[in-house]
Amino acid sequence: MCGIVGLYCKSPELEPLLGERLSAMLVQMDDRGPDSAGVAVYRDPAPDGFTKLTLYSAAPSFDWLSLGVEVTSTRARHAVVLVEGDPDEAEARIRQRHPDLRVMSAGHAIEIYKEVGRPSAFAETFDLADFRGTHGLGHTRMATESRVTTEGSHPFSAGDDLCLVHNGSLSNHNRLRTHLRRKGMEFQTDNDTEVAAAYLTWRLREGASLEQALEGCLDDLDGFYTFLVGTADGFAVLRDPIACKPAVLAETDDWVAMASEYRAIAVLPGAADAQIWEPEPSVVYAWEKALV
Amino acid sequence: MTRVATATEVVDLAACSLRELNQRLHDVAGDHPEPRHWRVVNPNGTHAVACGLDAPVEVEIAGHVGYYCAGMNQRATVRVHGNAGTGVAENMMSGVVVVDGNASQSAGATGRGGLLVVHGDAGARCGISMKGVDIVVRGSIGHLSAFMAQRGTLVVCGDAGEALGDSIYETHIYVRGEVAGLGADCVEKQLRDHHVAELRALLDSAGVRDVEPSSFRRYGSARQLYNFRIDNAGAY
Repeated sequence: MCGIVGLYCKSPELEPLLGERLSAMLVQMDDRGPDSAGVAVYRDPAPDGFTKLTLYSAAPSFDWLSLGVEVTSTRARHAVVLVEGDPDEAEARIRQRHPDLRVMSAGHAIEIYKEVGRPSAFAETFDLADFRGTHGLGHTRMATESRVTTEGSHPFSAGDDLCLVHNGSLSNHNRLRTHLRRKGMEFQTDNDTEVAAAYLTWRLREGASLEQALEGCLDDLDGFYTFLVGTADGFAVLRDPIACKPAVLAETDDWVAMASEYRAIAVLPGAADAQIWEPEPSVVYAWEKALV
Repeated sequence: MTRVATATEVVDLAACSLRELNQRLHDVAGDHPEPRHWRVVNPNGTHAVACGLDAPVEVEIAGHVGYYCAGMNQRATVRVHGNAGTGVAENMMSGVVVVDGNASQSAGATGRGGLLVVHGDAGARCGISMKGVDIVVRGSIGHLSAFMAQRGTLVVCGDAGEALGDSIYETHIYVRGEVAGLGADCVEKQLRDHHVAELRALLDSAGVRDVEPSSFRRYGSARQLYNFRIDNAGAY
């Protein structure tokens, strides 16, 4: 099953409330994905010349200050740090020195937090309601294709400030993973969504626009999917041509929201008067600062 | 016989559980249910609202509902003043279900009787495996609608998506707008006078008065797929 939520603040007055709203949406999708939960939040861009990384330590007692970089915040086993250099350099440096740490996200504004367990417990442990930000997305997982682990939870990083959450299952992920490994992509799990995220990363590196990379999914991915992709400036939605995995979009003057079900949108003030529709199959929907 | 005006029973889903609402609606079974008129407020996308009713009650739902609203309906009239999620009026047996807004996928799936009216659009798989229900959609419908349809009537005032009527058995399909594509064994057929009469009666029942019955095109089964044919023996 799995549940997806996303919220984009059109009105800056909403930004201090992003976490509170996103948390309320995520908890509504608790029973669609009781195995694990995760969010990506976009906020507080790193200064020029620096990359913001979200790191995860399987060991609960890791001393983040021992990294020798600026630690801007810690939550549960996650820490947000600022590292000099572009995202690729920053990520490579941390991986080389600390192979035991996982890099959850790399970019300028993105932060990714995810953990196994019920989404309602996740919202509390990570104090989701406390997050300010311009936009965020979340996922509740009911595992089908691979084990229930922190690494197998969504969102998956898909490159600089990009991430992917997925409801569905892909059937050609093994073959595609082999293909992408030959292109130099690295994988941390045997999860199908990680392959879709790596596919997007690879296409973008090859020069495709986000829209082109998403449209490529229609040809190159076999299986069921509703995707929500977080970008530095907004988010994008794509459903496979059969479209059996649900999605609802809603928009008011103040926000754009996406969710697996309307009940996750119903918790937002203004939902009753929002424009509400179901995204068409095989059509890319995108919101960015420049467009709204 | 004198008619007694009855009050409307209001149930607030923000204060009352879904199970309690549905149980109360089941408890008024019989030919003369009391209360007869119900109004459900604050549905907020809840699933399975007003499911399994079996009495001539009238239920109005003030807002959007989740999955399987009015599923398995018998005799009741259920009106959603909003949108409906997946599988509205799934497997309905009789009665009337009306959605004022849009319906998601699988509206009226496997329905055996009664009338489903969607005043907005219906998503993919509308009327999938329908077995006798009549469905009237004021707007358009998505892909794979009336897949394996067996009996009943599907009326679409707007357009139809890809693979309409794929693997159809026997169902009357009427579409006024464009059809993106017909599924296997679904073909266009001549619209005769008795079809226009059938359409007029259905549009009247659905309260759709601004659409001319003769402006539809008719689609149905070519009967090549589900009849045994000795020429196709190798393919079975």
